[in-house]
Amino acid sequence: MALSPGLDVDAIKDDFPILDQKVHGRRLVYLDSASSSQKPIQVLEAMDEYYRTTHANVHRGVYAIAEEATRRFEEARGKVARFIGAREAREVVFAKNATEGINLVAHSWGRTHLGQGDVVVLTHMEHHANLVPWLMLAQEKGVELRYIPLTGEGTLDLSGLDRILDGAKLVGVSAVSNVLGTINPVRHIADAAHAAGALVLADAAQHVPHLTTDVAELGCDFLAFTGHKMLGPTGIGGLWARADLLEAMPPFLGGGEMITDVRLDGFTPTEIPWKFEAGTPPIAEAVGLGAAVDYLSALGMDAVRAHEVDLVTYALDTLAQRHGQDLVIHGPTDPRIKGGVLSMQLGDIHSHDVSQVLDEAGVCVRAGHHCAKPLMRCLGANSTARASFYIYNDRSDIDVLAEALGDVRKFFG
Amino acid sequence: MPGLEDLYREIILDHYRNPRNRGELAVPPAHRVEGFNPLCGDEIVLYLDVRDDRVADLSITGQGCSISQSSASMMSAAVKGRTVAEAKALIRAFKAMMSIHEAGLDGPGGSDGDGDLDGQGGSGAEPDGPPAAETPPLGDLEALQGVVKFPVRIKCATLSWNTLDQGLDAAAS
Repeated sequence: MALSPGLDVDAIKDDFPILDQKVHGRRLVYLDSASSSQKPIQVLEAMDEYYRTTHANVHRGVYAIAEEATRRFEEARGKVARFIGAREAREVVFAKNATEGINLVAHSWGRTHLGQGDVVVLTHMEHHANLVPWLMLAQEKGVELRYIPLTGEGTLDLSGLDRILDGAKLVGVSAVSNVLGTINPVRHIADAAHAAGALVLADAAQHVPHLTTDVAELGCDFLAFTGHKMLGPTGIGGLWARADLLEAMPPFLGGGEMITDVRLDGFTPTEIPWKFEAGTPPIAEAVGLGAAVDYLSALGMDAVRAHEVDLVTYALDTLAQRHGQDLVIHGPTDPRIKGGVLSMQLGDIHSHDVSQVLDEAGVCVRAGHHCAKPLMRCLGANSTARASFYIYNDRSDIDVLAEALGDVRKFFG
Repeated sequence: MPGLEDLYREIILDHYRNPRNRGELAVPPAHRVEGFNPLCGDEIVLYLDVRDDRVADLSITGQGCSISQSSASMMSAAVKGRTVAEAKALIRAFKAMMSIHEAGLDGPGGSDGDGDLDGQGGSGAEPDGPPAAETPPLGDLEALQGVVKFPVRIKCATLSWNTLDQGLDAAAS
């Protein structure tokens, strides 16, 4: 039964054809949405219909279907902009994912504004996507990196924030941790960062799919997001930034589409956001992302989050009852500050072995370091098995997980 | 679809629970080599003491999944006391069992799953020269043959063998 505040999960499941199958003879229980979400038929059909009726390159042709393709592409940008509280659609730059959005900031803004000894502040819980671009800049330009540490509960330790922020030019922070599920106080950090004269980049890859996202409320200056974790297709995501920042930034990738004029001795870039979108963009993917935004908006993000809180609460209770001290779940235990992400260690059984046995029960979880190796070192963990929830999961999925973890213990006990 | 019993044979679980040749050796005379599997964080530290062209002693530390750790344990038992040429031949034979052939493009998945144990591969893609040494029997290692049916786990099984390969090269130089 799908008892949930706000969501009719049985009806939602019907929209996800991939869930209607058996693996190893068992019902598919997909608990890896933090890695990538599944796609509803509404998204699949929007992309299919676009290709069947409308496809042409955008911003080029003056014929009917090209104009319609352009309209739909830009309509999708507007949907994303409204969904995250942007003031204008032109503040949304499409890129292939959040990683590319962050790289855009590092290359374009970073190379213009950061030099030897300038300080970028990150945190110990960042995904590699919000670490490596800055490590590259540190190597190349001598930028100094500082890190906000963690508390024992898996939240950010903000006790020394003023000292860490002193002299900083940028703060990069994960809005929701992909390993711990921690919902970070982006607004609080942004206020402190702005007072110290730094800009703020929120890595919202795990935030936009799960929580109401309003860039004004978050108080950030840049926000990176990705479509495939929020019911959209792979290959589309990007960056939101304040228009004045984007306008002052040099282009990222060069090529067609991003210019107003090209001469043999130079070029003039076009306006934002197209200045940052060299080459033919992922048009059908943008259309699919627009449909995903429609789907989530129809459910209501408050209901999406309420459902997630219900699942996290139920999962923490159920797993503690069933497995007690043998199962360590990293990160906050208060569902109010925890997204639908459970990073688990089952005794000394390696996460690869845990997930292999779970697979036999039809349960899909992610095993490994989750692209956050510095965080794993903080936790003293070599790897974890991560179960993550979304709108199509219900309590019965957690029951299957709890039971299958019992199989793992029997197998390796 | 392959089942868990294809992967986790009893002998594998035994080596996982009771790893052989576990520990460190003094460096020098031993060489210390590290191997990492970035996919899942498996790590192997191999201590290798080669004397008179023979693996006089070796030991292993590190952490990882049952497949990586049991493969390392079985490997240590299989190569201890062998000549360097025999150890190299075992590495080739084990990787062939994992459907990894040294001739490049015909990698895992490209060779229609020939899990044959004779090391010939049958695909003609390998360099066909005379073997440098008689290949010692794989013995317990044959239990790992089932790993081939779980392609993402092949890297776990071969981690210690690649590390051994590096260690033998380091000892020779």
